[in-house]
Amino acid sequence: MSALIEFEGFNKFFGDQQVLKAVDLQVRRGEVVVILGPSGCGKSTLLRCLNGLESADGGHLRLGGEELLAPGTDWRQVRQRVGMVFQSYHLFGHMSVLDNLLLGPLKVQKRQRHEALAQAQALLARVGLLDKRDAYPRQLSGGQQQRIAIVRSLCMNPEVMLFDEVTAALDPEMVKEVLQVIQGLARDGMTLLIVTHEMAFARAVADRIVFMDAGRILEQNDPESFFSNPQTARAQQFLEKFSYMESLPKKMPAKELS
Amino acid sequence: MASSGLELLLVSLPQLGRGAAQTLAISALGIVFSTLGGVAYGVLASLNRRGLNLVLRVYLELFRAIPVLVWLYLLFFGLPIFFALSIPSFWCAVLVLSLWGSSEVGEVVRGALRSLPLGQREAGLSIGLSAWQLYGYVLLPQALKRMTPPTINIYTRIIKTSSLAVLIGVVDVIKVGQQIIERTYESVLIYGVLFLFFFFICYPLSAASRALERRWTHA
Repeated sequence: MSALIEFEGFNKFFGDQQVLKAVDLQVRRGEVVVILGPSGCGKSTLLRCLNGLESADGGHLRLGGEELLAPGTDWRQVRQRVGMVFQSYHLFGHMSVLDNLLLGPLKVQKRQRHEALAQAQALLARVGLLDKRDAYPRQLSGGQQQRIAIVRSLCMNPEVMLFDEVTAALDPEMVKEVLQVIQGLARDGMTLLIVTHEMAFARAVADRIVFMDAGRILEQNDPESFFSNPQTARAQQFLEKFSYMESLPKKMPAKELS
Repeated sequence: MASSGLELLLVSLPQLGRGAAQTLAISALGIVFSTLGGVAYGVLASLNRRGLNLVLRVYLELFRAIPVLVWLYLLFFGLPIFFALSIPSFWCAVLVLSLWGSSEVGEVVRGALRSLPLGQREAGLSIGLSAWQLYGYVLLPQALKRMTPPTINIYTRIIKTSSLAVLIGVVDVIKVGQQIIERTYESVLIYGVLFLFFFFICYPLSAASRALERRWTHA
Protein backbone atom coordinates (compact mmCIF):
# COMPACT_ATOMS: atom_id res chain seq x y z
CA MET A 1 0.00 0.00 0.00
CA SER A 2 1.37 3.43 -0.86
CA ALA A 3 1.86 6.03 1.83
CA LEU A 4 -0.80 8.63 2.60
CA ILE A 5 1.79 10.96 4.12
CA GLU A 6 5.41 11.09 3.06
CA PHE A 7 8.12 13.29 4.50
CA GLU A 8 11.30 12.97 2.50
CA GLY A 9 14.55 14.75 3.34
CA PHE A 10 12.39 17.30 5.13
CA ASN A 11 14.12 20.34 6.63
CA LYS A 12 12.85 23.17 8.78
CA PHE A 13 14.67 26.11 10.32
CA PHE A 14 13.71 28.63 12.98
CA GLY A 15 16.17 31.38 12.12
CA ASP A 16 19.61 29.79 12.16
CA GLN A 17 18.50 26.81 14.15
CA GLN A 18 17.60 23.70 12.23
CA VAL A 19 14.67 22.09 14.03
CA LEU A 20 13.96 19.31 11.53
CA LYS A 21 16.89 17.59 9.85
CA ALA A 22 16.34 15.49 6.76
CA VAL A 23 13.27 13.81 8.20
CA ASP A 24 12.01 10.74 6.33
CA LEU A 25 8.66 9.45 7.49
CA GLN A 26 5.89 7.56 5.76
CA VAL A 27 2.45 6.98 7.16
CA ARG A 28 0.05 4.54 5.53
CA ARG A 29 -3.67 5.09 5.35
CA GLY A 30 -5.28 3.80 8.55
CA GLU A 31 -2.04 3.69 10.46
CA VAL A 32 -1.64 5.12 13.97
CA VAL A 33 1.78 6.64 14.44
CA VAL A 34 2.87 8.04 17.78
CA ILE A 35 5.81 10.41 17.82
CA LEU A 36 7.81 10.44 21.03
CA GLY A 37 10.82 12.44 22.06
CA PRO A 38 12.09 15.04 24.52
CA SER A 39 10.70 18.57 24.50
CA GLY A 40 12.04 20.65 21.66
CA CYS A 41 12.92 17.64 19.52
CA GLY A 42 10.78 18.94 16.66
CA LYS A 43 7.83 16.58 16.94
CA SER A 44 5.19 19.31 17.24
CA THR A 45 6.82 21.26 14.45
CA LEU A 46 6.60 18.19 12.25
CA LEU A 47 2.83 18.05 12.76
CA ARG A 48 2.44 21.76 12.20
CA CYS A 49 4.29 21.56 8.90
CA LEU A 50 1.80 18.99 7.71
CA ASN A 51 -1.08 21.44 7.76
CA GLY A 52 0.88 24.49 6.79
CA LEU A 53 0.97 26.29 10.14
CA GLU A 54 4.74 26.20 9.67
CA SER A 55 6.42 26.47 6.31
CA ALA A 56 9.08 24.01 5.23
CA ASP A 57 12.63 24.87 4.21
CA GLY A 58 13.44 22.02 1.88
CA GLY A 59 12.74 18.41 1.06
CA HIS A 60 9.47 16.84 0.09
CA LEU A 61 6.13 16.45 1.77
CA ARG A 62 3.41 14.50 0.00
CA LEU A 63 -0.20 13.91 0.96
CA GLY A 64 -1.89 11.18 -1.05
CA GLY A 65 0.98 11.39 -3.52
CA GLU A 66 0.51 15.12 -4.06
CA GLU A 67 3.51 17.36 -3.36
CA LEU A 68 2.60 19.98 -0.76
CA LEU A 69 5.78 21.99 -0.93
CA ALA A 70 5.04 23.03 -4.53
CA PRO A 71 4.35 26.76 -4.86
CA GLY A 72 0.74 26.36 -5.98
CA THR A 73 -0.43 24.36 -2.96
CA ASP A 74 -3.87 25.39 -1.74
CA TRP A 75 -3.40 25.00 2.01
CA ARG A 76 -7.05 25.69 2.70
CA GLN A 77 -7.79 22.54 0.71
CA VAL A 78 -5.07 20.57 2.48
CA ARG A 79 -6.25 21.66 5.92
CA GLN A 80 -9.69 20.24 5.26
CA ARG A 81 -8.05 16.87 4.69
CA VAL A 82 -5.73 17.17 7.69
CA GLY A 83 -7.48 17.75 11.01
CA MET A 84 -5.48 19.22 13.86
CA VAL A 85 -6.14 19.20 17.59
CA PHE A 86 -4.07 21.44 19.86
CA GLN A 87 -2.84 21.22 23.42
CA SER A 88 -5.05 24.09 24.59
CA TYR A 89 -8.15 23.19 22.54
CA HIS A 90 -8.58 26.70 21.10
CA LEU A 91 -12.34 26.53 20.79
CA PHE A 92 -13.85 29.79 19.56
CA GLY A 93 -14.95 31.38 22.82
CA HIS A 94 -17.72 33.56 21.42
CA MET A 95 -19.56 30.65 19.78
CA SER A 96 -21.69 27.88 21.16
CA VAL A 97 -20.47 24.32 20.81
CA LEU A 98 -22.63 23.71 17.73
CA ASP A 99 -21.46 26.92 16.07
CA ASN A 100 -17.88 25.88 16.71
CA LEU A 101 -18.57 22.57 15.01
CA LEU A 102 -20.52 23.97 12.07
CA LEU A 103 -18.28 26.91 11.13
CA GLY A 104 -15.96 24.84 8.95
CA PRO A 105 -18.57 22.59 7.32
CA LEU A 106 -20.90 25.51 6.48
CA LYS A 107 -18.50 28.32 5.63
CA VAL A 108 -15.49 26.46 4.26
CA GLN A 109 -17.07 23.38 2.74
CA LYS A 110 -20.42 25.07 1.95
CA ARG A 111 -22.35 22.00 2.99
CA GLN A 112 -26.07 21.82 3.67
CA ARG A 113 -26.93 22.84 7.20
CA HIS A 114 -29.17 19.87 8.01
CA GLU A 115 -26.57 17.41 6.81
CA ALA A 116 -23.69 19.06 8.71
CA LEU A 117 -25.86 19.42 11.78
CA ALA A 118 -26.79 15.75 11.73
CA GLN A 119 -23.13 14.79 11.54
CA ALA A 120 -22.12 17.21 14.30
CA GLN A 121 -24.81 15.88 16.61
CA ALA A 122 -23.94 12.28 15.88
CA LEU A 123 -20.29 12.95 16.68
CA LEU A 124 -21.21 14.88 19.82
CA ALA A 125 -23.29 11.94 20.95
CA ARG A 126 -20.38 9.67 20.28
CA VAL A 127 -18.07 11.63 22.60
CA GLY A 128 -20.88 11.84 25.15
CA LEU A 129 -21.45 15.59 24.90
CA LEU A 130 -24.68 15.95 22.94
CA ASP A 131 -26.29 17.70 25.91
CA LYS A 132 -23.59 20.41 25.70
CA ARG A 133 -24.38 21.44 22.15
CA ASP A 134 -25.69 24.88 23.17
CA ALA A 135 -23.08 25.49 25.86
CA TYR A 136 -20.23 27.95 25.47
CA PRO A 137 -16.62 26.79 25.82
CA ARG A 138 -16.06 28.65 29.11
CA GLN A 139 -18.85 26.58 30.67
CA LEU A 140 -17.05 23.32 29.90
CA SER A 141 -14.22 21.48 31.60
CA GLY A 142 -10.88 21.09 29.85
CA GLY A 143 -11.62 17.49 28.98
CA GLN A 144 -14.99 18.42 27.53
CA GLN A 145 -13.48 21.26 25.53
CA GLN A 146 -10.83 18.98 24.13
CA ARG A 147 -13.41 16.38 23.06
CA ILE A 148 -15.36 19.17 21.34
CA ALA A 149 -12.16 20.31 19.62
CA ILE A 150 -11.66 16.77 18.32
CA VAL A 151 -15.23 16.71 17.03
CA ARG A 152 -14.68 20.10 15.39
CA SER A 153 -11.88 18.59 13.35
CA LEU A 154 -13.82 15.42 12.60
CA CYS A 155 -16.75 17.42 11.23
CA MET A 156 -14.52 18.36 8.29
CA ASN A 157 -14.25 14.66 7.34
CA PRO A 158 -10.45 14.71 7.29
CA GLU A 159 -8.30 11.88 5.96
CA VAL A 160 -5.83 12.18 8.80
CA MET A 161 -5.95 13.64 12.29
CA LEU A 162 -3.00 15.26 14.02
CA PHE A 163 -2.93 15.35 17.82
CA ASP A 164 -0.41 17.74 19.32
CA GLU A 165 0.00 16.87 23.02
CA VAL A 166 -3.74 17.07 23.44
CA THR A 167 -3.78 15.85 27.05
CA ALA A 168 -0.81 17.87 28.29
CA ALA A 169 -2.99 20.71 29.62
CA LEU A 170 -5.59 18.46 31.25
CA ASP A 171 -6.13 17.33 34.80
CA PRO A 172 -5.28 13.65 35.18
CA GLU A 173 -8.97 12.81 35.64
CA MET A 174 -9.83 14.24 32.25
CA VAL A 175 -7.00 12.64 30.32
CA LYS A 176 -8.84 9.35 30.14
CA GLU A 177 -12.00 10.70 28.49
CA VAL A 178 -9.93 12.31 25.75
CA LEU A 179 -7.70 9.32 25.18
CA GLN A 180 -10.75 7.06 24.89
CA VAL A 181 -12.04 9.21 22.05
CA ILE A 182 -8.72 8.95 20.24
CA GLN A 183 -8.64 5.21 20.79
CA GLY A 184 -12.09 4.97 19.27
CA LEU A 185 -10.87 6.77 16.16
CA ALA A 186 -7.91 4.40 15.93
CA ARG A 187 -10.26 1.39 16.11
CA ASP A 188 -12.34 2.88 13.29
CA GLY A 189 -9.29 2.85 11.07
CA MET A 190 -8.63 6.58 10.97
CA THR A 191 -5.11 7.66 10.12
CA LEU A 192 -3.63 9.31 13.21
CA LEU A 193 -0.40 11.14 13.95
CA ILE A 194 -0.06 11.63 17.66
CA VAL A 195 2.47 13.58 19.67
CA THR A 196 2.16 12.70 23.34
CA HIS A 197 3.97 12.19 26.61
CA GLU A 198 1.52 9.54 27.77
CA MET A 199 3.73 6.47 27.38
CA ALA A 200 1.14 3.89 28.34
CA PHE A 201 -1.29 5.39 25.88
CA ALA A 202 1.33 5.44 23.13
CA ARG A 203 1.97 1.78 23.75
CA ALA A 204 -1.71 0.94 23.69
CA VAL A 205 -2.79 2.89 20.63
CA ALA A 206 0.20 2.99 18.29
CA ASP A 207 0.86 0.78 15.30
CA ARG A 208 4.29 2.33 15.18
CA ILE A 209 6.39 4.51 17.45
CA VAL A 210 8.63 7.16 15.94
CA PHE A 211 11.32 8.43 18.28
CA MET A 212 12.80 11.85 17.58
CA ASP A 213 15.62 13.81 19.12
CA ALA A 214 17.16 17.13 18.09
CA GLY A 215 15.23 17.30 14.84
CA ARG A 216 16.00 13.80 13.62
CA ILE A 217 14.11 10.54 13.64
CA LEU A 218 16.37 8.19 15.58
CA GLU A 219 14.29 5.07 15.42
CA GLN A 220 10.94 3.67 14.36
CA ASN A 221 9.50 0.44 15.56
CA ASP A 222 6.33 -1.28 16.68
CA PRO A 223 5.44 -0.32 20.24
CA GLU A 224 6.35 -3.61 21.90
CA SER A 225 9.82 -3.63 20.39
CA PHE A 226 10.36 0.04 21.07
CA PHE A 227 9.37 -0.02 24.70
CA SER A 228 10.95 -3.35 25.61
CA ASN A 229 14.05 -3.08 23.48
CA PRO A 230 14.91 0.44 22.27
CA GLN A 231 17.69 0.39 19.70
CA THR A 232 19.37 3.70 20.43
CA ALA A 233 21.05 4.88 23.60
CA ARG A 234 19.09 8.14 23.42
CA ALA A 235 15.75 6.31 23.37
CA GLN A 236 16.84 4.10 26.27
CA GLN A 237 17.80 7.17 28.24
CA PHE A 238 14.45 8.80 27.36
CA LEU A 239 12.43 5.77 28.45
CA GLU A 240 14.43 5.38 31.65
CA LYS A 241 13.17 8.77 32.78
CA PHE A 242 9.64 7.48 32.58
CA SER A 243 10.32 4.11 34.12
CA TYR A 244 12.20 5.87 36.89
CA MET A 245 8.92 7.41 37.99
CA GLU A 246 7.17 4.07 38.02
CA SER A 247 9.94 2.27 39.84
CA LEU A 248 10.27 4.77 42.65
CA PRO A 249 10.06 3.00 46.00
CA LYS A 250 6.94 3.60 48.00
CA LYS A 251 7.31 6.22 50.65
CA MET A 252 8.11 4.75 54.04
CA PRO A 253 5.67 5.51 56.85
CA ALA A 254 6.91 8.80 58.18
CA LYS A 255 8.50 8.75 61.55
CA GLU A 256 6.64 10.72 64.11
CA LEU A 257 7.91 14.28 64.12
CA SER A 258 8.45 15.50 67.58
CA MET B 1 -33.81 89.33 30.45
CA ALA B 2 -35.39 85.98 31.09
CA SER B 3 -38.10 86.50 28.56
CA SER B 4 -35.80 88.17 26.04
CA GLY B 5 -33.29 85.34 26.49
CA LEU B 6 -35.95 82.80 25.82
CA GLU B 7 -37.14 84.81 22.86
CA LEU B 8 -33.62 85.01 21.46
CA LEU B 9 -33.25 81.29 21.88
CA LEU B 10 -36.48 80.57 20.04
CA VAL B 11 -35.58 82.95 17.23
CA SER B 12 -32.07 81.52 16.96
CA LEU B 13 -33.16 77.93 17.07
CA PRO B 14 -33.51 77.32 13.32
CA GLN B 15 -30.12 78.90 12.71
CA LEU B 16 -28.49 76.95 15.52
CA GLY B 17 -30.21 73.85 14.23
CA ARG B 18 -28.61 74.25 10.81
CA GLY B 19 -25.21 74.65 12.46
CA ALA B 20 -25.84 71.65 14.66
CA ALA B 21 -26.76 69.65 11.58
CA GLN B 22 -23.38 70.50 10.05
CA THR B 23 -21.56 69.52 13.25
CA LEU B 24 -23.48 66.27 13.50
CA ALA B 25 -23.02 65.45 9.82
CA ILE B 26 -19.26 65.99 9.94
CA SER B 27 -19.00 64.02 13.17
CA ALA B 28 -21.18 61.16 11.97
CA LEU B 29 -19.30 60.79 8.70
CA GLY B 30 -16.01 61.06 10.55
CA ILE B 31 -17.10 58.32 12.96
CA VAL B 32 -18.26 56.00 10.19
CA PHE B 33 -15.11 56.41 8.12
CA SER B 34 -12.86 56.24 11.19
CA THR B 35 -14.46 52.95 12.16
CA LEU B 36 -14.07 51.45 8.70
CA GLY B 37 -10.56 52.83 8.30
CA GLY B 38 -9.63 51.81 11.83
CA VAL B 39 -10.74 48.21 11.34
CA ALA B 40 -8.82 48.07 8.06
CA TYR B 41 -5.75 49.55 9.77
CA GLY B 42 -6.01 47.16 12.73
CA VAL B 43 -6.42 44.08 10.54
CA LEU B 44 -3.53 45.08 8.28
CA ALA B 45 -1.33 45.82 11.29
CA SER B 46 -2.16 42.44 12.84
CA LEU B 47 -0.89 40.64 9.73
CA ASN B 48 2.63 41.52 10.88
CA ARG B 49 4.13 42.15 7.45
CA ARG B 50 7.27 44.19 7.79
CA GLY B 51 6.81 46.54 4.83
CA LEU B 52 3.15 47.08 5.60
CA ASN B 53 3.87 47.77 9.26
CA LEU B 54 6.35 50.45 8.29
CA VAL B 55 3.77 52.23 6.13
CA LEU B 56 1.16 52.04 8.90
CA ARG B 57 3.67 53.25 11.45
CA VAL B 58 4.52 56.32 9.37
CA TYR B 59 0.83 57.06 8.90
CA LEU B 60 0.17 56.70 12.63
CA GLU B 61 3.08 58.89 13.67
CA LEU B 62 2.12 61.60 11.19
CA PHE B 63 -1.31 61.86 12.76
CA ARG B 64 0.01 61.60 16.29
CA ALA B 65 2.72 64.18 15.85
CA ILE B 66 0.90 66.78 13.76
CA PRO B 67 -2.13 68.54 15.26
CA VAL B 68 -5.47 68.01 13.56
CA LEU B 69 -5.70 71.74 12.97
CA VAL B 70 -2.47 71.71 10.97
CA TRP B 71 -3.82 68.85 8.87
CA LEU B 72 -6.97 70.85 8.19
CA TYR B 73 -4.95 73.85 7.01
CA LEU B 74 -2.56 71.64 5.08
CA LEU B 75 -5.28 69.95 3.08
CA PHE B 76 -7.66 72.88 2.77
CA PHE B 77 -5.11 75.52 1.80
CA GLY B 78 -2.25 73.30 0.64
CA LEU B 79 -3.95 70.99 -1.83
CA PRO B 80 -5.18 73.83 -4.09
CA ILE B 81 -1.71 75.39 -4.11
CA PHE B 82 0.38 72.29 -4.62
CA PHE B 83 -1.95 69.99 -6.53
CA ALA B 84 -4.53 72.37 -7.93
CA LEU B 85 -7.05 70.28 -6.08
CA SER B 86 -9.58 72.00 -3.90
CA ILE B 87 -11.95 70.23 -1.54
CA PRO B 88 -15.03 71.93 -0.09
CA SER B 89 -14.43 72.80 3.55
CA PHE B 90 -17.12 70.38 4.75
CA TRP B 91 -15.50 67.41 3.03
CA CYS B 92 -12.05 68.53 3.99
CA ALA B 93 -13.12 68.41 7.63
CA VAL B 94 -14.63 64.95 7.15
CA LEU B 95 -11.45 63.74 5.44
CA VAL B 96 -9.10 64.99 8.14
CA LEU B 97 -11.29 63.71 10.97
CA SER B 98 -11.53 60.32 9.24
CA LEU B 99 -7.80 60.01 8.68
CA TRP B 100 -7.03 61.04 12.23
CA GLY B 101 -9.83 58.90 13.68
CA SER B 102 -8.74 55.89 11.64
CA SER B 103 -5.27 56.02 13.14
CA GLU B 104 -6.74 56.23 16.64
CA VAL B 105 -9.35 53.50 16.16
CA GLY B 106 -6.79 51.46 14.22
CA GLU B 107 -4.42 51.27 17.15
CA VAL B 108 -7.26 50.14 19.39
CA VAL B 109 -8.31 47.43 16.90
CA ARG B 110 -4.72 46.30 16.48
CA GLY B 111 -4.28 46.03 20.24
CA ALA B 112 -7.54 44.13 20.66
CA LEU B 113 -6.63 41.66 17.91
CA ARG B 114 -3.18 41.19 19.36
CA SER B 115 -4.57 40.41 22.79
CA LEU B 116 -6.37 37.32 21.44
CA PRO B 117 -4.55 34.02 21.96
CA LEU B 118 -2.51 33.01 18.92
CA GLY B 119 -4.28 29.65 19.06
CA GLN B 120 -7.53 31.22 17.87
CA ARG B 121 -5.87 32.12 14.60
CA GLU B 122 -4.29 28.68 14.24
CA ALA B 123 -7.49 26.84 15.09
CA GLY B 124 -9.36 28.92 12.51
CA LEU B 125 -6.76 28.29 9.84
CA SER B 126 -6.63 24.60 10.56
CA ILE B 127 -10.31 24.13 9.70
CA GLY B 128 -9.58 25.78 6.37
CA LEU B 129 -10.92 29.30 6.94
CA SER B 130 -9.72 31.96 4.52
CA ALA B 131 -8.13 35.11 5.92
CA TRP B 132 -11.41 36.98 5.42
CA GLN B 133 -13.40 34.28 7.19
CA LEU B 134 -10.83 34.07 9.97
CA TYR B 135 -11.16 37.76 10.75
CA GLY B 136 -14.89 37.96 10.07
CA TYR B 137 -16.03 34.94 12.06
CA VAL B 138 -13.32 34.33 14.64
CA LEU B 139 -10.96 37.21 15.40
CA LEU B 140 -12.93 40.45 15.00
CA PRO B 141 -16.03 39.24 16.90
CA GLN B 142 -13.81 38.31 19.83
CA ALA B 143 -11.86 41.55 19.62
CA LEU B 144 -15.11 43.54 19.57
CA LYS B 145 -15.56 43.46 23.33
CA ARG B 146 -12.10 44.77 23.98
CA MET B 147 -12.21 47.45 21.35
CA THR B 148 -15.71 48.88 21.78
CA PRO B 149 -15.29 50.93 25.00
CA PRO B 150 -12.11 52.73 23.92
CA THR B 151 -13.51 53.22 20.42
CA ILE B 152 -16.60 54.96 21.78
CA ASN B 153 -14.30 57.31 23.67
CA ILE B 154 -12.57 58.11 20.41
CA TYR B 155 -16.01 58.90 18.94
CA THR B 156 -16.55 61.59 21.56
CA ARG B 157 -13.17 63.08 20.70
CA ILE B 158 -14.10 63.10 17.02
CA ILE B 159 -17.32 64.97 17.83
CA LYS B 160 -15.47 67.55 19.91
CA THR B 161 -12.63 67.91 17.43
CA SER B 162 -15.11 68.53 14.62
CA SER B 163 -15.43 72.07 16.00
CA LEU B 164 -12.02 72.87 14.50
CA ALA B 165 -13.77 72.85 11.13
CA VAL B 166 -14.81 76.43 11.95
CA LEU B 167 -11.27 77.48 11.13
CA ILE B 168 -11.54 76.43 7.50
CA GLY B 169 -14.90 78.12 7.11
CA VAL B 170 -17.45 75.44 7.94
CA VAL B 171 -20.48 77.06 9.51
CA ASP B 172 -21.05 74.58 12.28
CA VAL B 173 -22.95 74.99 15.51
CA ILE B 174 -20.14 76.95 17.16
CA LYS B 175 -19.78 79.34 14.23
CA VAL B 176 -23.51 79.96 14.28
CA GLY B 177 -23.31 80.60 18.00
CA GLN B 178 -20.54 83.15 17.48
CA GLN B 179 -22.57 84.91 14.79
CA ILE B 180 -25.51 85.20 17.15
CA ILE B 181 -23.30 86.49 19.93
CA GLU B 182 -21.80 89.11 17.61
CA ARG B 183 -25.31 90.30 16.88
CA THR B 184 -26.79 90.12 20.38
CA TYR B 185 -23.88 89.97 22.87
CA GLU B 186 -25.69 87.13 24.67
CA SER B 187 -22.52 85.12 25.06
CA VAL B 188 -23.40 83.39 28.33
CA LEU B 189 -26.70 82.16 27.03
CA ILE B 190 -25.39 80.97 23.66
CA TYR B 191 -22.27 79.30 25.02
CA GLY B 192 -24.51 77.72 27.63
CA VAL B 193 -26.57 76.24 24.82
CA LEU B 194 -23.42 75.02 23.04
CA PHE B 195 -22.19 73.49 26.28
CA LEU B 196 -25.43 71.58 26.70
CA PHE B 197 -25.40 70.53 23.04
CA PHE B 198 -21.98 68.88 23.22
CA PHE B 199 -22.59 67.55 26.70
CA PHE B 200 -25.80 65.77 25.76
CA ILE B 201 -24.20 64.16 22.73
CA CYS B 202 -20.91 63.13 24.30
CA TYR B 203 -21.96 62.25 27.83
CA PRO B 204 -24.27 59.35 26.87
CA LEU B 205 -21.49 57.97 24.70
CA SER B 206 -18.86 57.99 27.41
CA ALA B 207 -21.41 56.65 29.90
CA ALA B 208 -22.17 53.82 27.48
CA SER B 209 -18.48 53.15 27.07
CA ARG B 210 -18.00 52.89 30.82
CA ALA B 211 -21.06 50.69 31.23
CA LEU B 212 -19.90 48.31 28.49
CA GLU B 213 -16.45 48.14 29.97
CA ARG B 214 -17.87 47.28 33.38
CA ARG B 215 -20.23 44.68 32.01
CA TRP B 216 -17.68 43.00 29.78
CA THR B 217 -14.79 42.91 32.17
CA HIS B 218 -16.95 41.12 34.70
CA ALA B 219 -18.50 38.73 32.17
